[in-house]
Amino acid sequence: MTPTYYLLLSALLFAIGAVGVLVRRNAIVVFMCIELMLNSVNLSLVTFARINGELDGQVMAFFVMVVAAAEVVVGLAIIMAIFRARRSASVDDTNLLKY
Amino acid sequence: MPQQFLAQGEQLQVPAIDFAAVLPILIVFGAASIGVLLEAFLPKHQRWSSQIALSLTGIVGAGIALAAYISDAPEGGITTFMAQGATTGAIAVDTPALFLWGTLLALGLASLLMIGDRSLEPGGAFISQAGLQSGGLQTREQANVTGMQTEIFPLTLFALGGMMTFVAANDLLTMFIALEVLSLPLYLMAGLARRRRLLSQEAAVKYFLLGAFASAFFLYGVALLYGYAGSVKLAEIAAATAGSSASDTLLYAGIGLVVVGLLFKGSVGPFHTWTPDVYQGAPTPVTGFMAACTKVAAFGGMLRVLTVAFEPASWEWEVPLWLIAVISMAIGAIFGLTQRDLKRMIAYSSIAHAGFLVVGAMTLTEDGLSSTLFYLLAYGFTTIAVFGVISLVRDANGEATDLSSWAGLAKRSPLVAGVFTFLLLALAGIPLTSGFIGKFAVFSAALADGNAALVVIALVASAVAAFFYLRVVVLMYFSEPAAEGPAVTVPGAFTTAAITLGTAATLVLGIVPAFALNWASAGGFVP
Repeated sequence: MTPTYYLLLSALLFAIGAVGVLVRRNAIVVFMCIELMLNSVNLSLVTFARINGELDGQVMAFFVMVVAAAEVVVGLAIIMAIFRARRSASVDDTNLLKY
Repeated sequence: MPQQFLAQGEQLQVPAIDFAAVLPILIVFGAASIGVLLEAFLPKHQRWSSQIALSLTGIVGAGIALAAYISDAPEGGITTFMAQGATTGAIAVDTPALFLWGTLLALGLASLLMIGDRSLEPGGAFISQAGLQSGGLQTREQANVTGMQTEIFPLTLFALGGMMTFVAANDLLTMFIALEVLSLPLYLMAGLARRRRLLSQEAAVKYFLLGAFASAFFLYGVALLYGYAGSVKLAEIAAATAGSSASDTLLYAGIGLVVVGLLFKGSVGPFHTWTPDVYQGAPTPVTGFMAACTKVAAFGGMLRVLTVAFEPASWEWEVPLWLIAVISMAIGAIFGLTQRDLKRMIAYSSIAHAGFLVVGAMTLTEDGLSSTLFYLLAYGFTTIAVFGVISLVRDANGEATDLSSWAGLAKRSPLVAGVFTFLLLALAGIPLTSGFIGKFAVFSAALADGNAALVVIALVASAVAAFFYLRVVVLMYFSEPAAEGPAVTVPGAFTTAAITLGTAATLVLGIVPAFALNWASAGGFVP
């Protein structure tokens, strides 16, 4: 099977994640969509490593996983704090700051 | 697939590291790590003083290490963290990197003084326990109790270390890691205000979600460029651009996504939507830190990527970046006119300034590089002092950032109004301030590069933006103060020092800019 299909799948997953960030309203779901985008990048990195015949891309995927884990820690803490204050994780409700 | 795993008995080769060159970064990260340990082991009443002492020592120590390295730095710069058999390392220590390190350390010192200040608000600008539910009784109580969340100091140092790594990163993976190391602490710091908790938390959520979204774009760009060039090293991407068999779609999409991620961090319009909200909601010392240091880091990284990696493909990104610069200047200048809140107004001013910086960053000549570096230095000091002054004007609910409450301030406190006027004139770019020299250098470099149309648009945008700065000046001097208006708090030593540093630098760089300009133009990026 040609590696190109994996690249297309990765681009599709990235697009699904990006659209999800833009249309979903729950902060947790938005955050999961961002994680989906990061993981689709991992798929591309590994595929490119396979195409190029080296391991660099796979090592980079490890770095991305670590960064994604750190981002989850920070992100969930922030979303938790605002959820406790408002009893809602909807990004539409966070609208005190405008104009 | 070639066998690249280590054979039995073979040693893993450690990359060659020039410790003297990266010592400033190591000191900052070391101090941050010790700060985390202090949080864990010290009793609460000792934390503030020891954290302040540790952070200041760390930044000053890093500055001394930097000065010692600069005194006999090798000509033309070096790269370090070099793998066996590789030609370039992961961190480049060259003149622009050293210049930006010095800028970041000086701005970080001023921000740290403002973050550590406890004279304006009992206990400092930060909440005593971030986990408290906002709106609850405890939150209202804590607003009047001394003590603050002292984790803010290690977070500041981690962010600063990330920024220093970011401007020196010589491959895109290091750049991505540094981007996250600088961003993640900032997301948390935005949510730690002592008063107006809901606004602060909202700023943190918005900054986090949009920041993570932008990092994902940056990362996808890195992956596509890796697929195109077979390497994430900036120099090898440039070499591959000259002749690679891979599809050009990968190159163009990769450049686009990476640059979008960087523009987001630099709060360049149209990727600016987070900027006004986060600047307004975050605690003012953190806003100052973000506005000055993040901008330096983002544009430092952008300069390096555009010059070292994407220069051979410049015909592809020049027109889009040209449009982005115009859009950013227009958004900043026009929306700045309509703002009623001072922090939001300065946020739109920073978007306009980001547009001017893009003009400098896309000018890939020696003058373009040195003038942009100088602009970052000048703008950073002015901005920190601006937010320092904003934190002084307070009423019973904390800072009074609404424009109307600044009416007639000159009658109450001529000194504060005078300093603020000077700083606003610097932001507007009036002669005898650093803002004028910065704009002059950037615009003349762009003009010499044949970008006359862009310079004309930038001058018009500067003139429009000058109007809303001058509006504040007129308000302060020629309006009657409101009867129950805010009072100007007399700042303690820390905030005074930060404002003095920022204002003095604005004045000195405006009158005798030669030494900084000479240093900025002492050399280019290592290839």
